[in-house]
Amino acid sequence: MGRKTQWTHKHLIGLSDLTREEIELILDTAKSFEEFSTRSIKKAPTLRGKVVVNMFFEDSTRTRNSFTLAASRLSADVIEFTKTSSSVSKGETLIDTARNLEAMGVDIVVIRHSAGGAPKLLSRSINACVVNAGDGYHEHPTQGLLDVYTIRQMRGSLEGLKIGIVGDIAHSRVARSDVYAMTKLGAQVTLIGPPTLMPASVCDLPVKVSYNLDAVIEELDVINMLRIQFERLGGNPFPSVREYSHFFGLTMDRMQRAKKDILVMHPGPINRGLEIESEVADGPNSVILRQVANGLAVRMAVLFLVTQASTLEG
Amino acid sequence: MEILLDEKQLGQAVARLAELIQSDIPSKTQIAVIGIRSRGEILAQRLIKALQGHFTYPVLNGTLDITLYRDDLNRAKGAPPRVRTTEINFDITDKLILLVDDVLYTGRSVRAAMNALTDFGRPRMMRLAVLVDRGRHEYPICADYIALQADIDPARSVRVRFKETDNEDRVIVE
Amino acid sequence: MAKPVSQKILIKNGRLIDPKNSVDTVTDILIDDFRVCRIGKGLSSPNAEVIDASGKIVTPGLIDLHVHFRQPGDEEEETIASGSAAAVAGGFTSVVCMPNTNPPVDEATAVEFVHRMGRQARKTFIYVMGAITKDRAGKELAEIGLMSLAGAIGFTDDGCGVQDTGVMLRAVKYASMFDVVIAQHCEDQSLARHGAMNAGYKATVLGLPGIDPLAEEMMLWRDIQLIKKTRIRYHAQHISTAGSVRIIRQAKAEGLPVTCEVTPHHLLLTEESVSDYNTNYKVNPPLRTQKDVDALKNAVQEGLVDALATDHAPHLQSEKELEFLAAPCGIAGLECALPLYRKALIDEGICDWSQMLAMLTWRPAGVIRVDKGSLAVGDRADVAIIDPDVEWTVDADRFFSKSRNCPYIGWKLKSKVLYTIVAGEIRYRAAT
Repeated sequence: MGRKTQWTHKHLIGLSDLTREEIELILDTAKSFEEFSTRSIKKAPTLRGKVVVNMFFEDSTRTRNSFTLAASRLSADVIEFTKTSSSVSKGETLIDTARNLEAMGVDIVVIRHSAGGAPKLLSRSINACVVNAGDGYHEHPTQGLLDVYTIRQMRGSLEGLKIGIVGDIAHSRVARSDVYAMTKLGAQVTLIGPPTLMPASVCDLPVKVSYNLDAVIEELDVINMLRIQFERLGGNPFPSVREYSHFFGLTMDRMQRAKKDILVMHPGPINRGLEIESEVADGPNSVILRQVANGLAVRMAVLFLVTQASTLEG
Repeated sequence: MEILLDEKQLGQAVARLAELIQSDIPSKTQIAVIGIRSRGEILAQRLIKALQGHFTYPVLNGTLDITLYRDDLNRAKGAPPRVRTTEINFDITDKLILLVDDVLYTGRSVRAAMNALTDFGRPRMMRLAVLVDRGRHEYPICADYIALQADIDPARSVRVRFKETDNEDRVIVE
Repeated sequence: MAKPVSQKILIKNGRLIDPKNSVDTVTDILIDDFRVCRIGKGLSSPNAEVIDASGKIVTPGLIDLHVHFRQPGDEEEETIASGSAAAVAGGFTSVVCMPNTNPPVDEATAVEFVHRMGRQARKTFIYVMGAITKDRAGKELAEIGLMSLAGAIGFTDDGCGVQDTGVMLRAVKYASMFDVVIAQHCEDQSLARHGAMNAGYKATVLGLPGIDPLAEEMMLWRDIQLIKKTRIRYHAQHISTAGSVRIIRQAKAEGLPVTCEVTPHHLLLTEESVSDYNTNYKVNPPLRTQKDVDALKNAVQEGLVDALATDHAPHLQSEKELEFLAAPCGIAGLECALPLYRKALIDEGICDWSQMLAMLTWRPAGVIRVDKGSLAVGDRADVAIIDPDVEWTVDADRFFSKSRNCPYIGWKLKSKVLYTIVAGEIRYRAAT
């Protein structure tokens, strides 16, 4: 790995913008934060005096908690800002809200928004660092990072691994961030799901596409089961939950045909019995809780790096 | 460039440091040697080798990365520092911690290291060993064990080079 | 209102391009009593204002079939007065206002209101398209007949298309008893849903919901089947896809009374522009692919495109600063339209000045059946004088339009409107 790689981004909007070396730098930095959880005092003074605001325009428990904890472990002060209604044309806009928070001296804005591009818009309009905690179905970079971090932790490297991502690819920001991170780190990604849940021109992504989970499961080293998010599905892209599970659910049956050491991942929260059977989710191949734990280290690394990059301008 | 210690002198300096430590710390003490990344880490390993047989209990070894505790973070400067791992796989509580660094100058690194260590637990005692104390400290911090004391002009820098990382053993002033 | 005083204007040595009458020659033009009085070399007139048009193009005033002047309802974005000022600055002597105001133009008094504001502005001729359905809701027919009597020259629910096929069939049947054009913003909502840009790779990467080209093409195809029953004049607004071009080509080949228009942005920009979520590139129909742009240019070359129309759609900065999904669609482009067409068509070798000006003068006039777009002796003196080769930089702060939502800001463009004469009166002079 290039020792010379330097982190220069004061915003983390998406993984499509990052090089392999930059992604590896985040992962290496995250590795340094892994031991925090073992300390008697799980805190460093690194971001003391910095203010992080969690601007969540969409419901989220785990990502927000993870960012809050990550910021706290680095001694930053955290403001929680939650508003589930999206902005309206008249009245306070996203930019207004952010500028108001910035006027209070916020250093880092962690934003979750239902509209793709909202973090990018924010990064153009304010001086604070902007970290994307998921925007529409654009990207969810920290999830993508923690996914590759977890695979790297378990397998040492992603080079040459065959990874399947199963589910609603069209409306999944996780799938997009995963595709960028995984392919940049040398893995071969197959997107799996019904054609009605595939985005336009999906074949132009650096991936394979399959509509048949059974046909490909045997060759996979890692399988990432996306959550079916009913709130994002428009119309009915599949006839019923039962039918979806039949073709795309990760069942014990299907696990019998998978590699013995296949890693089973899920960005959470799980719809038990829908995209994944409980026995699989809680089984020996599952790294789902490990993903959550790693999310913390990855987010600490991201908060640290963007803050350091922001001092470059000063 | 001027050579402060050549290969032979560097070996002697490490031996001297070990002697100072042995003569000062009773052999029944539970001691952990923790090197500050990155040259302190190597020095710590060499010291442990030199201290072999002296202490009743096995000498523990750890490595500390102080980046997150530096006092110049979040200030305008060049490239952002790289965080590396801290590896302390034991409980430091009630042990004598021998903190090891290659050069003592401003005292800021040691300050950061002390802060970091106290986040891991409550040691019984902390001692500091350095290869070179170049004087002109900015913080009220002194080392307990020093192999070489020198007064070096602030405009110059002292570089400790070890075979493990730099393919040679010597200390130079640039 | 006081009777306007007739102004004598003598345009000397201009290159008169009057595509309707197949004129392209250097000549003088004398305007008197609101009309073209004489055309010929070496004209003189003692008390006329003389405009030296050497090296300039003199053309019938430009006609834009598609503008949004936002009045009534959104006067903060544009008014008929400010929009009219922008129009003449762009060389447009006639514009057609769309009915999607607030409240919409869906009954005769609203038509009269827009006309009245246009007369008061005294800049450009204002024509009105009324809504096809009440409140543009796509359910019940609006008073097409009464609006037509009040002067509406056509009907559209622009901003959206009439979704229900039964309603649309009723509309074209009913409207066929009047001499009006039915125009359509072709977009099948069941396909377009909440799309924010062209459905394609770019939308996938940006995580934005896409509008499939089929949404436009399906409705266009449907409408053409409907008008076969009625033979009413049908105008496809702002077509944007290669598929639409094929449908129009087929319909024209069958001899159906179908016309279409193309905007500058669909001739110049692609979905690639959206990369940075810049909302100035958010338009409906969305910017498509290079393949579509090429198809539209071919359509121009083939003569399939009847009108170049701006779809001038001003919006507040604060609204365009919203999330891409939430931001409104549209570009304010009247004032730089002509040089944009030139860039897209003439500079690319698609057509010459005469062919391009045809799509800006008599051909759009034909779409709405108004006696305009010609500059022969006796015609009403609507004239634009253009410096074809002067280069200038688009600066939105100098716009007469109240809005600044323009992706062309900073672009260096060739061709500039110097004078706009409406009904024999100089209504715009470029600052020198």
